Amino acid sequence: MTAVADVVTPDARKAGRGLYWAGVILLCAWVIIPLYLLFVNTMSSPDTVNSFPKSFIPEFNMGSLEFFMGFQGMLRALWNSVLVALMTMVMSIAIGAPAGYALSRFDFRGKELFRLLILLTRAFPLPLLALPLAVLFIRTGLDDTAFGLALVHTTLAIPFAVLITFSLFSGIPLELEEAAWTLGCTRLTAFTKVILPLVLPGITASAIFAFVISWNEVFAAAVLTIENRTLPAFLLQTLGEAPLHLKFAGGFILVVPALIFIFAVRKYLFAMWGIANR
Amino acid sequence: MEARLLPYFLILPVTLFLCLFFLYPFALVAQQAFGTENGFSLDNFREVVTYWKFPISMKNTFLLAAAVVPIQLALSLLMATMVTKMQKGRDLVLYIWTIPLGISDLAAGIIWLAIFEQSGFLNSMMVGLGVTEQPMSLLSYQTPWVVFLAIMLAEIWRATAIMLVILVAGIGLIPKEYYEAADVFGASRWKQFTRITLPLLRPSLQTALVLRVILAFEVFAVVAALGGTIFPVLMGEIYAYQFDLQNGGAAAALAIIVLIISIVFTLIIIRALRVPKGATI
Repeated sequence: MTAVADVVTPDARKAGRGLYWAGVILLCAWVIIPLYLLFVNTMSSPDTVNSFPKSFIPEFNMGSLEFFMGFQGMLRALWNSVLVALMTMVMSIAIGAPAGYALSRFDFRGKELFRLLILLTRAFPLPLLALPLAVLFIRTGLDDTAFGLALVHTTLAIPFAVLITFSLFSGIPLELEEAAWTLGCTRLTAFTKVILPLVLPGITASAIFAFVISWNEVFAAAVLTIENRTLPAFLLQTLGEAPLHLKFAGGFILVVPALIFIFAVRKYLFAMWGIANR
Repeated sequence: MEARLLPYFLILPVTLFLCLFFLYPFALVAQQAFGTENGFSLDNFREVVTYWKFPISMKNTFLLAAAVVPIQLALSLLMATMVTKMQKGRDLVLYIWTIPLGISDLAAGIIWLAIFEQSGFLNSMMVGLGVTEQPMSLLSYQTPWVVFLAIMLAEIWRATAIMLVILVAGIGLIPKEYYEAADVFGASRWKQFTRITLPLLRPSLQTALVLRVILAFEVFAVVAALGGTIFPVLMGEIYAYQFDLQNGGAAAALAIIVLIISIVFTLIIIRALRVPKGATI
């Protein structure tokens, strides 16, 4: 053990450990309690949500959620959100993954410039892009469509897709690919038969990440859509006049997929960011 | 396909996409901001800057960033060091701490609204404990500091996770040998933190701060959910110009201002936390 630890008495060390775990639990509570309170509100009838004082225990009444589902335009907004997020997911991986592979496997002229372009996108407030695109989309007939919005969300997700797939491919030794070539694979079949199965879980994780980015985005969605609002844009628009139970149920619906997705990608979260730093 | 051309072929889609949807729109924003019917002019900027809400929303945005980012930096550093020493339950604790990463700013705003609204949980608790007799209207014009506090808490709650993830990944890259050597020489935990962790964490701190500060200037939906018109911020004003006032030129001019602020702060952070030449882990 260390010289310092030898001086510390067992009592002090015990107190230190207690303090440490108290801190950990306190910080966990700090994250969970607000989520729990939203859950309580969502699981209460509209009357309970608007009454006072509040109970801290959910009554498991589906009234608020039913009201949410029945609210004019809400289901359509939910569907639009899913649609845009799915398109963003597919596009960002389809466009981003090849570049990630190129960055990990080749040295080519202009590589640094390309990396700079990717990193640059993260140093800008990207939702602002929606402003000029609103005009451009009207001219091209993409205004107020799920596809148009998905294009903007893909711009948000692509830097992450490139950097994450770059780190995934870098984690697979080149020798594996070379072995496949000597055994009669072409560059393409070596990729599809050897590399792809290995990176597929990671690719899925980064696809999910792209989905969450799109699912959560508010500003661009609110600027670019009018009739075909996504859920966050719809909620934002109704913030002023909507009753409380609608807001809370909507917030809850927004949160649930995020919880599941973060759980699904938790293994990759740190590997993703570790490399994205450099 | 010739091997020399293959990488270019692979990066072509991204490059084209970013040129079309990243570089080109920025050119368009600039054009929209500086252009009027009679060519180049600063009219849009003059209009935006002289509007009475501009100084307030500017001040609010900066105040919020200045209040939130240092706390988040300290908190995420604390959490990251706590989690590296953890042997039992590390995965569970990390999962819980990173949950807010997946939660949108709008949802975070709504979550804290559940606590701060008049019939909300904070009032319920205060009345229950006998601190106040009647539920108070917390998010109102009379108590702007409560609105600020609510927005601040929501922002800290929501966006600390992104810094945490970057810092945990960064700490994982620091070789254990440094700490073992420090132990041998009897350096205290605090000394190890300031002399080993902090300096070697510089690249990660850089990324985390750049990302966080830019997001701080983009604050929008949290404020919309909690403060509404009580607490105007820059991004909300851009939205108002675009929609309520239908003034695209002014919105673009304000967007350029936010953009410039973001770039200036990115450069400052990169400069302040730069890694000395030739120094690597």
